[in-house]
Amino acid sequence: MPELIAKTALSGQSVNYHGTTLAEADLGQITSIAVFPGKLKTAATALGQPFPKPNSFSTKSGILCWTGPDQAFLIGTPIPDLTGIAATTDQSGGWAAVRLSGPQAANALMRLVPLDLNQFKPGQSARTPLGHMNMVLLREKDGFLLLVFRSMARTAWSEIETALKSLAARAAL
Amino acid sequence: MRLNCPLCGPRDRREFYYVGSEDYLNRPAPDARADAWDDMLYLRTNPAGETKDLWYHETGCGSWLLVTRSTTTHEILSTERIADRKGAK
Repeated sequence: MPELIAKTALSGQSVNYHGTTLAEADLGQITSIAVFPGKLKTAATALGQPFPKPNSFSTKSGILCWTGPDQAFLIGTPIPDLTGIAATTDQSGGWAAVRLSGPQAANALMRLVPLDLNQFKPGQSARTPLGHMNMVLLREKDGFLLLVFRSMARTAWSEIETALKSLAARAAL
Repeated sequence: MRLNCPLCGPRDRREFYYVGSEDYLNRPAPDARADAWDDMLYLRTNPAGETKDLWYHETGCGSWLLVTRSTTTHEILSTERIADRKGAK
């Protein structure tokens, strides 16, 4: 069998407008963990870290991000054996990820997201819409990490780039 | 308009989907008379004042919420996760 190379949704592209950068992120393996009733503590032990609180994530081993009640995504690291503790599904190919950072990152995103992102601190995350798309949004130290459905990758890119362009145009007036 | 999701905090109305009256929570027994089912599906009170509705946090955490609001002042009085209610699990 030939070794097949997985392609990312956006071919690794990036753009920069006046120091604000939008770039695809290759996150590697993404696994959804849906914990069975009453197994949260067992799951935390098996994962080797506390289960994330609502709307937050940790970076102890890969990224462990809360995505719903008793549910989280483990990103960028292999999943330990959670048989009998949680339902795990490999979603690596299902998501497109981009990072947005720089002085206009929050302003550009706030044109599309109904949250006050100036109050959104590193370590916080949210499931919230990007325009009309479902999104998982993470606030990292240096900017935002956005996960959207892979089928929506180019739409999301276009929406964010349009917001960046119009902010840059306004600044140039 | 904002709804206070017990898990996510205050969120914009665009994140939620309106489902309908609280009555949908109170299903009659499967073998109940047809008029009990008819009441659950179609019979609504229309109060001036406090009323309870079901909302779904569609583009957020996916929780079903029971929202108490006033039809006269438009005030949202409380929100509660259906999953947190007694007997829900």
